[in-house]
Amino acid sequence: MSDKQQSVAFFRETMLPEQAPPATQRGIVKWLRENLFSGPINSIMTLIAIYFIYKIVSGAWPWFMNGVWTTSSLAECREVLQGSTGACFSVLTERWNQLLFGFKYPEDQYWRLLLAMVLLLVAVAPVLFAKVFPRKMLIFTGLYPFIAFWLIWGGTILTPIVALLGFVVGYLAFKKFEHQSFAMGMLAFVVGAAVTWIIGGYLTEAMSGFIALQEIPSRDLGGFVLNIILGTVCVSLSLPIGILLALGRQSSMPIIKWICVVFIEFIRGVPLITLLFVANVVLAYFLPPGTNFDLVLRVIIMITMFSSAYIAEVIRGGLAALPRGQYEAADSLGLDYAQATRLIIMPQALKISIPGIVNVAVGLFKDTTLVSVISMFDLVGMIRGPILASTEWNGVYWELWGFAVLLFFVVCYGISQYSQWLERQLATDHR
Amino acid sequence: MSTMTDPPSESFRLSQLINDTRYRSYTFQFIALIALVALIAFLGANLISNLAAAGLNISYEFLGEPAGYDINQRLIEYNSQSSHWRAAVVGVLNTLLVAVVGCFLATVIGVAVGVLRLSNNWLIRKIMAVYVEIFRNVPVLIWILIIMAVFIAILPQPRDFRGEDAEASMLLGSFAFTGRGFYFPKPVMGPGSGIVVAVFLASIAGIFYLRSYAKKALFDRGQMIPTLWPSVGLFFVPVILAFFVMGQPITLEYPELKGFNFKGGIFARNSLIALTFALAIYTAAFIAENVRAGILAVSKGQTEAAASLGLRPGRIMNLVVLPQALRVIIPPLISQYLNLTKNSSLAIAVGYMDLTGTLGGITLNQTGRAIECVLLLMLFYLTISLSISAIMNVYNNAVKLKER
Repeated sequence: MSDKQQSVAFFRETMLPEQAPPATQRGIVKWLRENLFSGPINSIMTLIAIYFIYKIVSGAWPWFMNGVWTTSSLAECREVLQGSTGACFSVLTERWNQLLFGFKYPEDQYWRLLLAMVLLLVAVAPVLFAKVFPRKMLIFTGLYPFIAFWLIWGGTILTPIVALLGFVVGYLAFKKFEHQSFAMGMLAFVVGAAVTWIIGGYLTEAMSGFIALQEIPSRDLGGFVLNIILGTVCVSLSLPIGILLALGRQSSMPIIKWICVVFIEFIRGVPLITLLFVANVVLAYFLPPGTNFDLVLRVIIMITMFSSAYIAEVIRGGLAALPRGQYEAADSLGLDYAQATRLIIMPQALKISIPGIVNVAVGLFKDTTLVSVISMFDLVGMIRGPILASTEWNGVYWELWGFAVLLFFVVCYGISQYSQWLERQLATDHR
Repeated sequence: MSTMTDPPSESFRLSQLINDTRYRSYTFQFIALIALVALIAFLGANLISNLAAAGLNISYEFLGEPAGYDINQRLIEYNSQSSHWRAAVVGVLNTLLVAVVGCFLATVIGVAVGVLRLSNNWLIRKIMAVYVEIFRNVPVLIWILIIMAVFIAILPQPRDFRGEDAEASMLLGSFAFTGRGFYFPKPVMGPGSGIVVAVFLASIAGIFYLRSYAKKALFDRGQMIPTLWPSVGLFFVPVILAFFVMGQPITLEYPELKGFNFKGGIFARNSLIALTFALAIYTAAFIAENVRAGILAVSKGQTEAAASLGLRPGRIMNLVVLPQALRVIIPPLISQYLNLTKNSSLAIAVGYMDLTGTLGGITLNQTGRAIECVLLLMLFYLTISLSISAIMNVYNNAVKLKER
């Protein structure tokens, strides 16, 4: 030991202090080198991208900043701008109500639509964020369809109340007969609800002035609200129908299976626009003579059929993804088909199919713009029809379409981000 | 003595129809069948009485009558004296034109964007993500209308091409991009051009044969045969030789400015261009996501294993990663093609005369034959989508992992 000490002239007893990495290997320089300029091809692509972004920003920035918000026609707006580039956002402020509510809904009743939309958020919140909001709020969610119907379409408040009573009576009847079998319970539900609705129908006819809001025919609906109404109604109606169709398609009973298969494949094989044509010009031939369904209801029926076929396929995927053991375990517990489906199969299958269902819902919400083709005035219909055709605003493309893009992007992107969040919340497997 | 007793005879009780699982399914199916028949009878009866009340009947004779309207974009000969049937065929061809060109463009853009989304260049990655999110989350109808409006607003009108110092000029003297539509040179087939085309087709078949031969040689004997440059040579050389040997039989007819408009060449209307382009970039956003998912689905271990076998990066991509990624990519890709074809029915919004515009639009309005027209329309789209899904099933079975 001591020999070595003498033979070695010097050795260090303490560690050197850590040195900072070279300038090219740290901080922003390192990040730039790795992410933007890691090779000649990458550098060229980065430069092209920067040029591209610069072009867009330098073009759009003055246009946006010089925007005019207060004029009442395109000619006035051009006068204000005096030849410099600038947007005429005043079309949005001046036609704001038309863009949102359509052009036929009576102006003094706009509060009803606004209230319905705000309440929609309240009703949807406890469903979307079950952990944050108390479960009791779900009661309001259950009541919301009836309230919204009354607010949007008006008429006596007895109509939604009778509709609600029908469901309540049906449910009580279902509970009373459920112990016999699920099928008997469903039969009792149908009978109970039908009896209530028939009796209530006479009642509402007799007292049509009872706490009545001004009645508004549904062809007066329009604007972005129409998109939201169609989207919400059709998605929520098509979920239960889609579940039934998916179960039917998985069923071992050949007749029921084939009815479902034919329905689903037929609907999925044709574009939505042909179904809207059916709603517009054909469906009336198949209804009893004298009945006068309004267009919105016919469109709702067709879009619901359309989306339920797609949702059925998504849920079928979820059912197929469940391990067979789950079905067998439910059988070995002695559960019958209805119990096993309700308690074991569906909760898991639905969880698996959430991303797919959200995809369908977003797609459906986007597809509600197609109703403008059959001359209904949703957001796109309003822009193409009354606004761009008017003498004041003929030629304002970028501002209007930009607004439409923004509205749809915010809603659809929000929904898809929510579904990703929900997927992470529901993930119970260990990764 | 034990007495033999019969097993308790199973007397059939009516309640078994509901409570016994052996019979219950028959009960339900019977009810479903009755309900279905009742529904059809109800709708049919309504249809008959409604038609009788309106003095109509179901007949397809109107298809033979002269259509009486013009179609401004067509692939086959048609004039306003042609029959409604002819108009429908023009519409079908127009639909297929948009679908085929749109699918091709969408694939090219979508694959490029999908690969670039995985690029290690941060800026490119983000730009592509923005593109995908914006296009996926806004209705395709809005994109079609926006792109149509942009085309008309930005591109020059034919009259801008006039004069000495015109505001716009033709690209290479042969392509004119106007707000009214695009003009391309049109190939004119002279005598002997059939041979040139035949040589071209034969050389393409030759390329395929060469590639399959090279693959076989590689797998059987481990012999590497170069394919890239021979393929390129095979593609160009014979057809150019044939072209000059036959004395240049194929000439181009260039669009020329006559008065206020172009004459000659191939004319693609703005509605066709805008519709195809909008459908392509909308669908490309979805295809990009499929491509990205497909590439990510191939586990990193595969690449590493291939590299440890000593394969070069190009071969790793061609022989290991791509075959596995394609198995994931192709089924959703085909369903995107199907979506594009169905979305092409939105042509009616920009006035492009596809099948929805002719049969479901003007013919329907002129003849009032709503049921027949919509039925034919649905049948056409149904045929296309069912045949594509049949092809997809065949493909899925072909590439299914062979498991024991």
